[in-house]
Amino acid sequence: MRRERLFRNLLRLAAWLVGLNVLVISITLFWGASPTLRHFGLGFLWSSHWNPVTDEFGALPFLAGTLATSFLALALSLPLSLSMAILLGEFLRVGWLSNVFKSLVDLIAAVPSVIFGYWGLMVLVPLVREAEMWLMPLGQSVGIEIMPYGVGVLTASLVLAVMIIPNTAAIAREVLELVPRDLKEAAYSFGATRYEVVRSVIVPYARSGIFAGILLSLGRALGETMAVTMVIGNTNEMPANLFAPANTMASVIANELAEATTAIHYSSLIAVGLVLFLVTTVINFIGTYIIKKMTVQA
Amino acid sequence: MKISATILTILAVLGLGGAALAAEELLGAGATFPEPLYSKMFDVYYSQTGNKVNYQGIGSGGGIQQILGKTVDFGGTDAFLTPEQLAKSPDNSLLHIPTAMGAVVVTYNLPGKPQLKMTPDVIAGIFLGGIKSWNDSRITGLNPGVQLPGDPIVVVHRSDGSGTTFVFTDYLSKVSPDWKNKVGAGTAVKWPLGLGGKGNPGVAGLVQQMKGAVGYVELSYAKKNNLPYAVVKNRAGNFIVPSIKSVSLAAGASMPDDTRVSITDTDAKDGYPISAFTWILVYQEQAYGDRKAGKAKALAKLLWWMTHEGQKYNADLLYAPLSGEVKTKAEKIIKSMTFNGQPILK
Repeated sequence: MRRERLFRNLLRLAAWLVGLNVLVISITLFWGASPTLRHFGLGFLWSSHWNPVTDEFGALPFLAGTLATSFLALALSLPLSLSMAILLGEFLRVGWLSNVFKSLVDLIAAVPSVIFGYWGLMVLVPLVREAEMWLMPLGQSVGIEIMPYGVGVLTASLVLAVMIIPNTAAIAREVLELVPRDLKEAAYSFGATRYEVVRSVIVPYARSGIFAGILLSLGRALGETMAVTMVIGNTNEMPANLFAPANTMASVIANELAEATTAIHYSSLIAVGLVLFLVTTVINFIGTYIIKKMTVQA
Repeated sequence: MKISATILTILAVLGLGGAALAAEELLGAGATFPEPLYSKMFDVYYSQTGNKVNYQGIGSGGGIQQILGKTVDFGGTDAFLTPEQLAKSPDNSLLHIPTAMGAVVVTYNLPGKPQLKMTPDVIAGIFLGGIKSWNDSRITGLNPGVQLPGDPIVVVHRSDGSGTTFVFTDYLSKVSPDWKNKVGAGTAVKWPLGLGGKGNPGVAGLVQQMKGAVGYVELSYAKKNNLPYAVVKNRAGNFIVPSIKSVSLAAGASMPDDTRVSITDTDAKDGYPISAFTWILVYQEQAYGDRKAGKAKALAKLLWWMTHEGQKYNADLLYAPLSGEVKTKAEKIIKSMTFNGQPILK
């Protein structure tokens, strides 16, 4: 009995420590950001000026950069990751090919982000630059200025899209595998085709789990630092279009924190961290709400 | 036999451990620019004296904060402290001890890797966006023998806050009123145009990938990676090739006794104009907190060694050594260090 109680108390303690950790992080961020919040107020969120020399700081370009790259990456990766999940969760559940695919997806998750950044810089950037040269006259004719830099919002989104495939693919595959057999067989016995079963039975049943996977992918994209900073061009301005260089919240912190010599600059970088923390939290809350709504009552 | 050998080894290790305890261990943190040099110096110093020195390259900003917080024995910085920063330690003054010099060069991606001549106006014009292509008459006029393409100039700058950016923008602020008004100087600035790359490798990588790109990197980085760089006209009107020698000469100009001076746009006749010091920061009065006299003495001796015997490692690692005049000033500063009011070195 004593061991039972000890075990339960240990679990409780660990859980409290995790919760406390999040609380302490948010307090630290608020504390560190308070000089900036007092000085600029909510204007910090809406100002697009970031000038360490004149001590003017606004987070809007980075907020825009983070949201643009993350959601674009999500849009680019979903067709691939969902196809992979449905293939492995339904059509190709066993066999050597299935194992090869599963391992490859897991491998993407295991590759360090700096490797993705390097690959992006060496392979993707020249390709995007070629495409931009080709698109330049087209852009001019519709009034969009495209400079053939190769780095920018689009390149960062492409790199992110590849990086976040495994988060959605692995979780979606697992929930697809969990769809009860009798449900599927019932549909088949009514004469449904495989496509119809996937569309009308399997995916709807598993949708809350699939969405949880998508949420994890988005979380990874929002916080990714190294791979993004290597290919986004690091321009602290609002991106004019998809091809323009920009910067993200995580990236500007990583870039400027070490050499931020004035107190307000330092505090503003922490305030950017706070905004990133809040954005992630809000997106998670919305996500959890949607998952609850989506969950099939069995 | 084997067992006794093991015991002997253990005894030897314990013996060495005892000796290491007797030696002082010093802790420093700060600028990343001199980190390779300091690693080399401290390694040699350890083998010669048994005194261990740990240095963490966390950036000048971090180095300044750590020495102000008294969590390290010395800080490292590429930017000398402002009067406001110095005022944060009112009861004990911080000393700046120069240890090495570095320079920033303008590098570019042009066919045939020519060594271009540039004037301050041209550099400012390129980085402000006024000069847009390589065959602009302001560039071709200075480089009559060089075939320059009509490619648009793509500006690449550092995305991370850095001493290199400070030196470069400090130089531009001195030579161009336009730059001073529109941009100014700092470890990170609001760039009028261009792309950001992280660190010297990030800038060099982007420049090498894009035809017509121009950027700025540390001289040592450019030399190690065989990048082309510009010859720059200094205040005396001479075109100076950046080299360890011309960087050392940049400090020949009139120096204040505390060495807190920016030597960009130097008036030295043969000095390269985009040069700078890197400093170590220590407290003048070493008896603070629970510091012992032994530690204070070890620190003063280390600084003396770094500015004297240690200087011979500068050139090998492509840092410019201190000139004789600067060395004399550094000696005076180190000798002004005290422990309970008594000079540490006689």
